[in-house]
Amino acid sequence: MRSVRLRPGGGPTTTVFDVEKVREDFPILEQEIHGHPLVYLDNAASAQKPRQVIDAVARFDATDYSNVHRGVHSLSERATAAFERSRETIRRFLNAAEEREIIFVRGTTEAINLVTQTYGRSVLGFGDDIVISSMEHHSNIVPWQMLCHERGANLRVIPMNDDGELLLDEYEKLLGPHTKLVALVHVSNALGTVNPVATMIEMAHRHGIPVLLDGAQAVPHLGVDVRSLDCDFYAFSGHKLFGPSGIGVLYGKAELLQKMPPYQGGGEMIAAVTFEKTFFKDIPHKFEAGTPNITGTVGLGAAIDYVASVGIERSALYEHELLVYATERVQEIPEIRLIGTAKNKISVLSFVIDGVHAHDVGTILDRHGVAVRVGHHCAQPVMQRFKVPATVRASFAFYNTKEEVDALVDGIHKVIEVFS
Amino acid sequence: MNSELRDLYQEVIVDHSKRPRNFRKLASGHSAEGYNPLCGDRVTVYVDAANDIVRDVSFEGCGCAISTASASVMTEVVKGKSRSEARKLFDTFHAMVTKGPQAIEGRDVGKLGVFAGVSEFPSRVKCAVLAWHTFEAALKGEDAVPVSTE
Repeated sequence: MRSVRLRPGGGPTTTVFDVEKVREDFPILEQEIHGHPLVYLDNAASAQKPRQVIDAVARFDATDYSNVHRGVHSLSERATAAFERSRETIRRFLNAAEEREIIFVRGTTEAINLVTQTYGRSVLGFGDDIVISSMEHHSNIVPWQMLCHERGANLRVIPMNDDGELLLDEYEKLLGPHTKLVALVHVSNALGTVNPVATMIEMAHRHGIPVLLDGAQAVPHLGVDVRSLDCDFYAFSGHKLFGPSGIGVLYGKAELLQKMPPYQGGGEMIAAVTFEKTFFKDIPHKFEAGTPNITGTVGLGAAIDYVASVGIERSALYEHELLVYATERVQEIPEIRLIGTAKNKISVLSFVIDGVHAHDVGTILDRHGVAVRVGHHCAQPVMQRFKVPATVRASFAFYNTKEEVDALVDGIHKVIEVFS
Repeated sequence: MNSELRDLYQEVIVDHSKRPRNFRKLASGHSAEGYNPLCGDRVTVYVDAANDIVRDVSFEGCGCAISTASASVMTEVVKGKSRSEARKLFDTFHAMVTKGPQAIEGRDVGKLGVFAGVSEFPSRVKCAVLAWHTFEAALKGEDAVPVSTE
């Protein structure tokens, strides 16, 4: 019996989340690893795909595939329609005002690099500041650092407390006339912290500073409304949202996108080309040079439809149950120290085991069928902040179960046994 | 526990990882730094070699059980060896952890044999060879060049 009864907020509403039924949609989960049922707890690295996504991609490739925005033939028209339908699906998913505010990219990393190379290059000068947080993924550090070095600008970093929560008083002090952009992670991949982004955007806007949110870890767990957040840019990847890898999205407010120069030059993004001058297309195509990941966009559209059919509010409640249960179970083990204990968290459990390196934990857990991520999670400054070389990270999706949490805990006991 | 795990985390390996031997700096000689960017493991190997003999060798650093134990056992087995003997040992060790014990059949690996189980864990080979690559760099006197297993 794996379905869980949930009473959100203790109120009279009762929701049942039928996890068994959800699991049936994910064929990859029905396998054994080293003689044990697969327990996939590496969802923050990449989530698995439901049959609905796998089938939509296969069907599109088998029946409708062609290049987009180029041909007059039927397949090209069908492929273009499917491609643009995905753009509309994403607009709705983010509650963006217009479809042209949705730009297809390879993933969150490319989305951030696009903003760095276009918006960043237009506004950042000597002595200016870019503000990021101390819990950024490398993808929201390195592009800004490279640009700051090039321009003689400064990268300012919002500190956090020992629970992994950003210090808003310190943040306020960093904002000023030289701040050109705040680039902030919505949800931390290494700690699970959900940052108070609405407040932080409001604080930046009071100084007239635009805000980019890295939403890679947020979109699978939270309903995101870019208009109510009033963020200026929002970036996410398909593969963490049960869709394909190699496809992602940059949302930007139309007024900002229109002012920005193109990212890459090439086909698709032009209106007219001579050897003397090129006229660029309007947004979003101005930022989409070359043949895009056409099948990937169709898969991402199908993934968003799937997440909507499961219901993100119901799945978020269920994931919270899992997080609470996993946190309790793991804390029963005295050798464990949790890294990331913010009050507002998504279902990520990062921890270290006293006297055992994370890589050894990962190897032993794998031999018991449990897949976790071990290492620095592309967030080395977070590791430095908590003075650990690496952590073990179990990240849960709505298809995980309490029995799988138990398998993790059993595996941890095996690890401790080996090193005792 | 399954037998492959038992082979990997043998008592000798766990012991060396918890109580690494020759875990210190050397006052004289060369040193080199090794780094595995995948997991963040770092090791510094110090070598005092004269007249073609590895007179003393030690290490410092922070890593997983496999990389720490490998560094520790390495310092024990290469001490007193000639440069060419030490290199030969590395070749044998490398073949054993990458291709499996059958690849070095007939060759005497002595204490290094405890690492034979690493070959069943391809993602852990880098952990086992990090200290050896770093040792080789220190032996060549390549102080300034950080060794990477990538």
